[in-house]
Amino acid sequence: MASLKEFWHRLGSPRWFYQISGLWLKLFGVLALLLLVTGSVWGLAFAPPDYQQGNSFRIMYVHVPTAIVSQSAYLVMGVAGIVLLVWRMKLADMVLATIVPFGMSMTVLALVTGAIWGKPTWGAWWVWDARTTSMLVLLFLYFGIYALRQSIPARESAGRACAVLAVVGMINIPIIKYSVDWWLTLHQPATFTLTQAPSMPAVMWLPLAINVLGIYCLFGANLLSRLRLEILRREAGTQWVRDLVARGAP
Amino acid sequence: MADSAQPRSVVGLFGTQLRREIQTTARSMEEAVNPLIFLFLAITLFALSVGGGVEDLRARASGIIWVLVLLANMLSLESLFRRDYDDGTLEQMLLLAQPVFVPILAKIVAQWCLSGLAMTLLAPLAALILYLPTNELPVLLLSLLLGTPALSLFGAVGAALTVGLRRGGVLLGLLILPLYVPVLIFGVGAVSEHMAGVSINAQIYWLLAITMLALTVAPFAVQAALRISVEQ
Repeated sequence: MASLKEFWHRLGSPRWFYQISGLWLKLFGVLALLLLVTGSVWGLAFAPPDYQQGNSFRIMYVHVPTAIVSQSAYLVMGVAGIVLLVWRMKLADMVLATIVPFGMSMTVLALVTGAIWGKPTWGAWWVWDARTTSMLVLLFLYFGIYALRQSIPARESAGRACAVLAVVGMINIPIIKYSVDWWLTLHQPATFTLTQAPSMPAVMWLPLAINVLGIYCLFGANLLSRLRLEILRREAGTQWVRDLVARGAP
Repeated sequence: MADSAQPRSVVGLFGTQLRREIQTTARSMEEAVNPLIFLFLAITLFALSVGGGVEDLRARASGIIWVLVLLANMLSLESLFRRDYDDGTLEQMLLLAQPVFVPILAKIVAQWCLSGLAMTLLAPLAALILYLPTNELPVLLLSLLLGTPALSLFGAVGAALTVGLRRGGVLLGLLILPLYVPVLIFGVGAVSEHMAGVSINAQIYWLLAITMLALTVAPFAVQAALRISVEQ
């Protein structure tokens, strides 16, 4: 318990975080590369074709991980928002600022791969069903946070305003998801549930699980590298950053 | 505070603020009336674009009314904190010794009376010109009555976040319209389920639940957002 509390206090120091996160970044980066390459090659080249959808189902190995991680990114943003509003932690502000581009691009990727998958499966690029629609609303939520930050000139105010919006958005996401499920139509039920064994054979879902893990590692690596850059940018005037640059260490 | 007598209790504070809001709005009626005119103007545009056919309009009536109520409500939210922000009243309000969410809630209630409640009262007229069957009208009114408070409450968060910005208008829509999605779905759902002869209990309970959630979360979020807006 004591060490956890100490860790929490230390998180308040961007310098300390910068020093320890270099190793994490390498770890996440290597893991992401290994997992994504394994999962993608396995899924795209070696998994058996689906008995109904043939080979077109293989886009699932991109679509499902991006869709899952785009929602997790919003969740992380909401949690960072709470931490910023309650404890005023600098690092939380930086997380809020750096996570938006990743979350937004993953949402776009999930929508685009969904459309490409939908064309051969449903016969239409776009279908107004529950999950495509709630992903679209999620994209609008990301746009809102992005636009709010862009329009407030003072950085600290912008961060806290985005935190309020992210927290309110996070509270609303389950309701939005549930309400959109109300007119659930064409979409197949969720591929993965934690409580039930998947209905797919293992050779088909294992690569998917590997890719989901891989994209989470990619998320971690992306977040850390952007965070480290943001720390250097914001602390540019301090002695330790100057020393770091003078030594030529990245 | 405009009143000279300093209210001591929380209830007194709420009442004073509510009276002040209604008085100031009554003295500049166009601010309250313009969104209502917009509502009917936009209904006319819908009728023109869909075609005036009875069947076409009847099938879409509840959807059209609900969407336009969302938009009209959004328009009226822009001025919620604007004047108080411009003349410094807002800063005074945030310095109150009493809990700040009380006058905030009073402002939101006043805004709801002049937008959500007013639109609910005018909805029979809108339903009439869109040929909504008369027996669906009570359901539409009930859904509006239960759903519009959530619109004002969540919308106030957006209004508080954008009050300090020069061009907050479109941004306000971008911030709050995604949060309006559940209210729209359950509001329109109630009417269409009733039309199909299915029980509407679920939708009504959901609207109530969303409004209750908004009531517990929004005043505090507005308070935090106003402090940020005032500080910049």
